[in-house]
Amino acid sequence: MSGARDQVLGAVRRSLKRAPGDEAAIDARLAQHPRNLVPARGQLSPTERVDLFEAQAAAVQASVSRVGALAEVPEAVAAYLREQNLPGQLRVSPDPTVADLPWAEKAPLLTVSTGPARDADAVSVTPAFAGIAETGTLMLTSGKDRPATLNFLPETHIVVLKASQVVGAYEDAWDLLRQAEGEGVMPRSVNLITGPSRTGDIEQKIQLGAHGPRRLHIVVVEGGGA
Amino acid sequence: MQSTSHAFKDNATRALGDAQLQKAMENVRGGFIEKRLNVVEKLPEFETLRDQARDIKNHTLAHLDLYLERWEAKVTERGGKVHWCTDAAAARDAVLEICRAAGAKTVTKGKSMVAEEIALNQHLEANGVTPVETDLGEYIIQLRDEPPSHIIAPAVHLTKEQVEADFREAHNHLPKDRSLSEPVELVSEARQVLRQRYLEADVGITGANFLVAETGSSIIVTNEGNGDLTQMLPRVHIVVTSLEKVVPTLEDVSTILRVLARSATGQEFSAYTTFSTGPKRPEDLDGPDEYHVVLLDNGRSAMLGGDFQDMLRCIRCGACMNHCPVYHAVGGHAYGWVYPGPMGAVLTPSLIGVAEAGQLPNASTFCGRCESVCPMRIPLPKMMRHWREREFERHLSPASVRMGLGAWAFFAQRPRLYGLFSGLAARALARLGGRKGRLSKLPLASGWTKYREMPAPEGKTFQQLWAERQRKGTGS
Ligand code: SF4
Repeated sequence: MSGARDQVLGAVRRSLKRAPGDEAAIDARLAQHPRNLVPARGQLSPTERVDLFEAQAAAVQASVSRVGALAEVPEAVAAYLREQNLPGQLRVSPDPTVADLPWAEKAPLLTVSTGPARDADAVSVTPAFAGIAETGTLMLTSGKDRPATLNFLPETHIVVLKASQVVGAYEDAWDLLRQAEGEGVMPRSVNLITGPSRTGDIEQKIQLGAHGPRRLHIVVVEGGGA
Repeated sequence: MQSTSHAFKDNATRALGDAQLQKAMENVRGGFIEKRLNVVEKLPEFETLRDQARDIKNHTLAHLDLYLERWEAKVTERGGKVHWCTDAAAARDAVLEICRAAGAKTVTKGKSMVAEEIALNQHLEANGVTPVETDLGEYIIQLRDEPPSHIIAPAVHLTKEQVEADFREAHNHLPKDRSLSEPVELVSEARQVLRQRYLEADVGITGANFLVAETGSSIIVTNEGNGDLTQMLPRVHIVVTSLEKVVPTLEDVSTILRVLARSATGQEFSAYTTFSTGPKRPEDLDGPDEYHVVLLDNGRSAMLGGDFQDMLRCIRCGACMNHCPVYHAVGGHAYGWVYPGPMGAVLTPSLIGVAEAGQLPNASTFCGRCESVCPMRIPLPKMMRHWREREFERHLSPASVRMGLGAWAFFAQRPRLYGLFSGLAARALARLGGRKGRLSKLPLASGWTKYREMPAPEGKTFQQLWAERQRKGTGS
């Protein structure tokens, strides 16, 4: 297919009639990835950012609860499932942030297994990479211990987000990701998730739970305990 | 897709008399406009972001070859493969070849306008591969064997009663006496039926809203999550997209994403914005084994550097049609091909030729609202005028257009349709004027009033413009 490649690129170049010599400028832009205007909305103190994140997530029908430490997550999850009248079988991401929580000790009534999602899994628990305050958006990344199917197959998706991971704007989250992965490197899948699945395809009336999760619950972990 | 754009007038006449369609179109005339206004008011930087989004795309288009090369290098580095395709036939064949190599019987599909453009479903079916649309709207129109009528809300022309009837016919394994009259029941049923299809499929095909040169990622923006299930569950993921979708960096795409959902659905952000980069990595626990991008030109490279280059900035948000009185009146199918509304009126003649689609640029009142809401600041009315001029020069225009009478004249000669049409337009505009209920508060009030004071068809204005241009010797 290199014939087609040359044909397409050749046609582009003929139409543009651009003098050669811009290559260095293009490479510099890609390497430096300068920011464009970042809205003022998310530029807040850390506590205000978390408040804005919570308000924005709630505005798109996600629910949020806060706990003081990671060890309190299992109880918060159990309480949420009880309130919502949901089953107690969890499919948990193998990532140590959530897999190593004291599930058996703190939430003995829940059944916990780890791994990628299977069709029958009703509730998943996954760690967030970041929370983005400006629109109440979660950033989740795939990787060794973080299967992406957990974010989409189960009807209820529970995400554990540390308050220290909440940033103001998308650009701040990209910077965190570059620190973690390296320049120009992306995990296979990066999911920006803003509220549960929805559709307006029938008479433009919004219904939740089209194909992805019907419910998105976010447990924000304040305080230390990394 | 076989075009009926040449028959726009007949299509439009039929649409205006279709009571079912007119009922469904009420949903467009209302919701979208109000929702967009609400969300735009909440972001003071919105207008500046539009300027920057335009500038980012202009810069990218001016260096498109360089960005495409860098994007491709990143895709390859990550284990993906790019298939360059000059036209629709090549793209269809490239997809089929990948499906065959994968031994695919069933493929699931996320919404892709480029796949519509290359008539992919028909090609796969003819060659023994069953495509299953998974976006709810696309699924509904696939059951009906219809093309989409809107670029982000493909089934917007249907009422829930029609969808219920389609589901009862198609899902005949389910109990006949089940309740199915509410949207929530319809959505649940589709969810249940399609879940099985995701799990069975051998190949998942999605479009791409953007391609990122910095990282080699393709991006899909959805609300349902169907695109994600489509691309992560099967063994092979094929992205079907076109070359103007590339943007330089994650920062650049963030700026454009800030104007996309707000303009499209009036959301601050869509539920799912997913960046896919190559196939499953050795350490990954899920994801596809193969990642292909079928990259289509199909006339786009020829638009660069000419009168219609600006159209390549389009991010397919649908705002122009959501705000278009002609689209409101006739719906998307009347336009006769894949892309309806003002963006279709400009793009379709570029892609399938002015001989076939030359009527579309007349499907305008030149009220200017499409340009006033286009997040990428595409001068749609100006480009429609360009097409009219070209059409005039080529003597392709029917006699009535040559005499200076366009779509308005068509309606004006049919008093009943004219009344209906102008009534709808005025109602839609009144809604846009919105909370204050006064047309003088419209963003383009002066432009609109100018045209409103002139009951003569827009074509007359064109004629004057034409005469002026000819006098100045700037006729193109
Ligand atoms: S032309 Fe503008 S408003 Fe219309 S779909 Fe494209 S980007 Fe959106």
